[in-house]
Amino acid sequence: MAEQVWILGITMTKFGKHPDKDTVDLAAEAAMGALADAGTTMDKMGVLAAGNLMGGGGIGQQLQKQVGQTGIPVYNVSNACATGATALRTAIMAVKAGECDYGLAVGVEKLAGAGLLAGGSAKSDGKVYEPKGRYGSVAPTDGRIGTETMPGVFAQIGMEYGHKYGGTSFELFAKISEKNHAHSTLNPLAAYSKRFSLEEIMNDVMIAYPNTRPMCSANCDGAAAAVVVSATELKKLSKEQQQRAIKVSASVLTTDPWEEACQILPNVNTLTRNAAKQAYEQAGIGPDDLDMVELHDCFATAELVHYDNLMLCEEGGAVDFFNSGVTWRDGKTPVNVSGGLESKGHPIAATGIANIWEVCHHLRGEAGDRQIEGAKVGLAHVIGLGSACGVHILEKAAA
Amino acid sequence: MAEQVPLVDYLVLGDEPHLRAHECTNCGARFFDRRNACASCFGTSFKDVDIVTEGELRAFTIVSLAAPGIPVPFVAGVVDCDGTAVRGNVINTEPDPDHVKLGMKVKLTTYVVGSDDNGTEAIGFGFEPV
Repeated sequence: MAEQVWILGITMTKFGKHPDKDTVDLAAEAAMGALADAGTTMDKMGVLAAGNLMGGGGIGQQLQKQVGQTGIPVYNVSNACATGATALRTAIMAVKAGECDYGLAVGVEKLAGAGLLAGGSAKSDGKVYEPKGRYGSVAPTDGRIGTETMPGVFAQIGMEYGHKYGGTSFELFAKISEKNHAHSTLNPLAAYSKRFSLEEIMNDVMIAYPNTRPMCSANCDGAAAAVVVSATELKKLSKEQQQRAIKVSASVLTTDPWEEACQILPNVNTLTRNAAKQAYEQAGIGPDDLDMVELHDCFATAELVHYDNLMLCEEGGAVDFFNSGVTWRDGKTPVNVSGGLESKGHPIAATGIANIWEVCHHLRGEAGDRQIEGAKVGLAHVIGLGSACGVHILEKAAA
Repeated sequence: MAEQVPLVDYLVLGDEPHLRAHECTNCGARFFDRRNACASCFGTSFKDVDIVTEGELRAFTIVSLAAPGIPVPFVAGVVDCDGTAVRGNVINTEPDPDHVKLGMKVKLTTYVVGSDDNGTEAIGFGFEPV
């Protein structure tokens, strides 16, 4: 029987601009914060999994030099926007496998001021046309054969849902953004915590219809880290540590199985649905049992499809589900009470741990003004294009 | 007339320009790029198939912010060509939500993308309303 794994300590830095801190500073702040929150120290850790996409590689070892070089294995992970969840899952797997009792996972990114994160893969036309690459292209194709930009890709994903099931509109997607920005006003760690009216969102700068600027995830700096522990070891710890520990009831990572059209427009639906199904089965709970959900709203158009993919609503029913108001923080299934990626921010590799911190924060009853009262179980979801999807289900300690 | 080359190798020029996919001879999965093996069934045998030039717009976006040098706004979309999804821009219509609608019928058309130092023209494709 594999070990049950618990989150003993977890933290996130303030998301936003940190001009005075480098990537390693932010990772160290998160790692030391998670260790302090866990009431433990670096010498207990049996594994370190670290994620960072933009820093040039080797973040795990760089971090060790600032927080403690103990000779433990380091896994530097990279899995697009699912990097943080992948780092956490790597530490969880090591504990689950019985290789160690404690693991540390860190995700960090310096992204403030970054613009579009994809697109324009080839900068200019060649002087003499010559077929290159797997499509035998003689000149850049971004903008000529569709778009490579993330706002445009995810806009099409939302529009495709609308075409399949109906009911979507520019205004509907903007309303999802309105909700998340409203939620962010209660989150002191969010990069942006300004409330926007629906009109302000719709009249803001258009990036890729129907996504205007506030409907896109915010590039920012930030880090998050978690300490995981085996159930066996947790029993030896203090009453307070046991009470604050959060049970990892499910930890799942999936990629997209081949389906027609997945090479044309990334299919973010099937792998998320697959991950959710596996997670509900592992945890032995259903979507109705969730007190809160932090899902990957990299764009407002993405949040809609994930209501359906995570089976929070009936298949094809995401529009009605949202319109009923249940995903607002006072609804039955609050979604992205942190403000989501659109306002809390999206320092890519940190996101997959930060969303788990948000859920843990509520399950521990420590979320202050934005506390979801009585929250006992929550789900955190991330997806990175390519694709990779991480879903974790977390439960409050029984005692 | 200048020599012409297709922007991508899956665009077939000539009197009736069309797209051509590599179809797995085992399971029928279609790919526009070069594949080492089939992503669906792992088979390694492919044959070329022609894609119909008319289809239905299944998803789109109107891109207003793109990498430097890319003219905006433009409409990027996914066209369902009789069961095969194709990525392409919707062209020869106003790039706004009043003119571009989900489910609209479109057909493939070609245009000159540019020319190189030898005067060779690159021919791209897009989809225009029927």
